[in-house]
Amino acid sequence: MHMLSIKNLQAGLEDKPILKGINLEIKAGEVHAIMGPNGSGKSTLASVLAGRQNFEVTAGSVDFLGKDLLDMAPEERAREGIFLAFQYPVEIPGVSTTNFIKAAVNETRKHRGLEALDAVGFLKMMKEKMKLVQIDQSLLSRSLNEGFSGGEKKRNEIFQMAMLEPKLAILDETDSGLDIDALRIVANGVNQYRNKDNSFLLVTHYQRLLDYIVPDFVHVLYNGRIVKSGTKELALELEEKGYDFIKSEWALAGE
Amino acid sequence: MPEENEELLDQITSSEYKYGFVTDIESESAPKGLNENTIRFISAKKNEPDWMLEYRLKAYRHWLTMETPKWANVAFPPIDYQDIIYYSAPKQKITPNSLDEIDPELRLTFEKLGISLQEQKRLTGVAVDAVMDSVSVATTFKAELAELGIIFCSMSEAVHEHPELIRKHLGSVVPYTDNYFTALNSAVFSDGSFCYIPEGVRCPMELSTYFRINAANTGQFERTLIVAEAGSYVSYLEGCTAPMRDEHQLHAAVVEISAFEKSEVKYSTVQNWYPGNKEGIGGIYNFVTKRGICQGDHAKISWTQVETGSAITWKYPSVILKGDYSVGEFYSVAVTNNMQQADTGTKMIHIGKHTRSRIVSKGISAGKSNNSYRGLVQVGRNAVKARNFSQCDSLLLGDQCGAHTFPYIEVKNSSAIVEHEATTSKIGEDQIFYCNQRGIDTEAAVALIINGFAKEVMNQLPMEFAVEAQKLLAISLEGSVG
Repeated sequence: MHMLSIKNLQAGLEDKPILKGINLEIKAGEVHAIMGPNGSGKSTLASVLAGRQNFEVTAGSVDFLGKDLLDMAPEERAREGIFLAFQYPVEIPGVSTTNFIKAAVNETRKHRGLEALDAVGFLKMMKEKMKLVQIDQSLLSRSLNEGFSGGEKKRNEIFQMAMLEPKLAILDETDSGLDIDALRIVANGVNQYRNKDNSFLLVTHYQRLLDYIVPDFVHVLYNGRIVKSGTKELALELEEKGYDFIKSEWALAGE
Repeated sequence: MPEENEELLDQITSSEYKYGFVTDIESESAPKGLNENTIRFISAKKNEPDWMLEYRLKAYRHWLTMETPKWANVAFPPIDYQDIIYYSAPKQKITPNSLDEIDPELRLTFEKLGISLQEQKRLTGVAVDAVMDSVSVATTFKAELAELGIIFCSMSEAVHEHPELIRKHLGSVVPYTDNYFTALNSAVFSDGSFCYIPEGVRCPMELSTYFRINAANTGQFERTLIVAEAGSYVSYLEGCTAPMRDEHQLHAAVVEISAFEKSEVKYSTVQNWYPGNKEGIGGIYNFVTKRGICQGDHAKISWTQVETGSAITWKYPSVILKGDYSVGEFYSVAVTNNMQQADTGTKMIHIGKHTRSRIVSKGISAGKSNNSYRGLVQVGRNAVKARNFSQCDSLLLGDQCGAHTFPYIEVKNSSAIVEHEATTSKIGEDQIFYCNQRGIDTEAAVALIINGFAKEVMNQLPMEFAVEAQKLLAISLEGSVG
């Protein structure tokens, strides 16, 4: 079944084009990795899919489970099942992480026609999911991301993913700034959540994340386009040769 | 500002002030204008003893020698004091002997405001004094409180029933000479609440006064006096609303608190006077003097205010820390939107030894409004080891509003420790987007962020009102995101 279908997606910031025609198909149960050098448009793609307003979509279409994704407000996309794990999660002082997640979970439940969880039900769900990413209760009672270490922020993102049970999770450079232990914990959380009904789009600069979360497909994004697609071996090739080989290949092709 | 947010802002700011209705009730008023006859009229209406009238006249004569203060960071055209009605009372056909006999129209007004004057329908554990325009229309739970020796009644009644207490305490914390508006208030005040907690008594319920301005062209000048004898405790709350009118209306109140040895007074305000419309037409001028004095050792006075209404707010609830080891607190959330102006803060005057004060001020500005914190921390020569901690945070929504901080610190004792922290931040699009991405829409996101920002202060409110106040914050600011 098709989860996400991106056709000729073009988008930019103010007058500067960044995505210059992205085509990508993701089916349920698949894990796709998007790799590419800095400035290739990886994070822009993640932001555009999540609906960040400063980017302007100039052409193309995105179909998410039969619905026009680009037509939806960011919160609708979230409620429909798109989750973005942020590269730089924001801090919201005075709002406890638990209360924030509770608000988010109940908005999504409302959208799906489910009753809001009461305190007991929510706590039970939290206890279960906390194990996934080995997150501590004390962290969750603190203000959202305030004073969290880099690793704690990323774990909190994956914890939220587990709580919100999205259909498509986009992980934007979730590996950046993580030491190897934290990376393993985060990857482990993702792997446990991975099943035949949900999909992942991993945006990453380095191959090492893919040692822990093994993708079904790897795409190389360069200069706003997907210039190469393959399986996990492509990631290894990139690791070995660096992005320069993509750049030179692309240069030879005449742009 | 993204287009959608602008639309939202429009929607909300043009949405109606919920309490803007007018009650159609006949009222009895003094003629417009202010002179000695006006004061005699008010005093006569209340059948006051001579000493009260004398006090008023002295205040009036002093007022004539004074000028409107100009130091606050607010701007308004000169007020024509001859164009104001100083006394307006809703006419009740009979003098009600019990709460059941109150004019149904009045009862309905307060019901609409969420204030029940029927004791059986009360908010659990809250006694209410309801004031409409210039008079108190009802006070609940008087009998129950009286059993404990607690006096909770309208100021008019107190003047008759407890003259010795009023003569002793009225003007003892805020003398009529204090400032322009206290002189005016002392001359023409028409009602308000009096509350007396005897020695060693812990008041078992929240005491609350609800102020409502109804009549047009009328000023409201109420007077509240709270006396807490040694070892007593009381928590007091005031709320206020007014109809939407195109003219500005003046509200110049005075609140005095006297706290004796080891007593504690907690005073909370949820101020939601009509703020005027989006262009700044109409709205209440809220020029208020509030001050408490910790007379005895180990006394404590705590002010908590949530200020969302009024066209202009000018108020500085203060504490004079006279007793050794006495404690003063000021927790404030002030919200301004559209054309509102607020200049608010506190004064902590440390006189006694080991006195402590804590100031937490959270200013939230949106629209084209201006929000200023102004505070004075004064440590006297003898205030050995006095301590103060002040924290002033401002949050800006949009780029057309202003936030200002004016802290004044005067320390005359070298063993004192005074700390001041201040921050200014903006609600970021990043924060909103993060919430959106988790399925929380922009309105709810703003409410969440605002309440997080104001949490430290909201936590100080009595439970019964915290939820209401949270909603009020969200309503005052909905959609004003940029």
